[in-house]
Amino acid sequence: MSKNNIDAYRRKFLVGTGVAAAAVTVAPGLLLRQAQAKPADEAVTDKVRWGMLIDIDNLPNGGQGVVDACKKEHGWGNETHSNDKQKTHWVRTVKVTEKLTKHSFQLPVMCQHCETAPCADVCPTGASFKRADGIVLVDKHICIGCRYCMMACPYKARSLVHEAIYDQKPDSPRGKGTVESCTMCVHRVDEGKQPACVESSGGAIVFGDLNDENSEISKVLKEKGGKQIRADLGLNTGVRYQGI
Amino acid sequence: MFGKAQNILATMTLLALASLMVGCGETAPELKLETAKAKTEHCVEPDDVMRRNHMDFIKHQRDETVHNGIRTSKYSFKACINCHIPAEKDGKPVNYLTDDHKLNPEHFCATCHAYVGVQLDCFECHSDNPAGAAPADANHGGTAHE
Ligand code: SF4
Repeated sequence: MSKNNIDAYRRKFLVGTGVAAAAVTVAPGLLLRQAQAKPADEAVTDKVRWGMLIDIDNLPNGGQGVVDACKKEHGWGNETHSNDKQKTHWVRTVKVTEKLTKHSFQLPVMCQHCETAPCADVCPTGASFKRADGIVLVDKHICIGCRYCMMACPYKARSLVHEAIYDQKPDSPRGKGTVESCTMCVHRVDEGKQPACVESSGGAIVFGDLNDENSEISKVLKEKGGKQIRADLGLNTGVRYQGI
Repeated sequence: MFGKAQNILATMTLLALASLMVGCGETAPELKLETAKAKTEHCVEPDDVMRRNHMDFIKHQRDETVHNGIRTSKYSFKACINCHIPAEKDGKPVNYLTDDHKLNPEHFCATCHAYVGVQLDCFECHSDNPAGAAPADANHGGTAHE
């Protein structure tokens, strides 16, 4: 772990100087980046910050399709010995009703991929971490299942696997005694594909690079805005909502 | 008096030794290396290197993949499984455990690990076959192999 951190630090430093040099020689308008697959042997960088914008008014079924697509992609929720409180959820639908007006709406809630992630902050082993491109993950190889991160997460986005798991998806390793949550379909993102929920949403969820002002997500966010849940916590989430 | 105590001690030592040897009489688990041998020349390293170092290769690669998003196929755990474990045998996926939760000699990784008595932790989280899906909705080939 410490070696990884050092590498990340050195890369940040190198990338920082590299960008400064590029900005001198290339006109600003030419600094276009496209959301495409990075070469498999290249490490992710913080030039990119992945994000999602969820328009709940256009999301069919109050987001149930998102939950189903996620389950199908990652195979979670198939526990047979766990009770309802123990069962895993990577994304769930939450219904909100305003007390006075009784106006209510439903939204899918998953890991919000915070810039300053409380889970990574409290994790005693370094298993919870934020990848350079903003995706918050659990390294299950070093997770000890203490669940401190679950306590720290304001979005209730994480769960612990309570029982032995079989027949996992090859791209979604899952096992007893480790904590898990939305990975923003990191295995697909690394191949230049969209997360499974985005593909299932019929255009209601936009996925892209928040650092690139020319990406679709940045353009829509600039024009129409997008709210964070619990914005008061100042976590600068990568997942934003419209219609809440 | 003294001799009696010594006798008891000797008996106890013998009993302890005997209990340690329980199970040793069983024959060693069967080794099924056909798949491994068939793949030897295509493997990413010579077989003697792989035999000794595979765990270091995949451990190094796991950190690179999880933390840095590096997904090259050499030393990729998924690539090992896709090559060494058949998608199915007799219409069923080849799992590392048998139905009575013993290491399955038909599974390439499990056959050696059972033989040498080394615990096999990878598959507590990772898919143990290329399909990774329950037989009912098995997605053999196709996207799972990418
Ligand atoms: S459960 Fe795992 S990821 Fe969460 S804080 Fe503990 S060690 Fe870290």
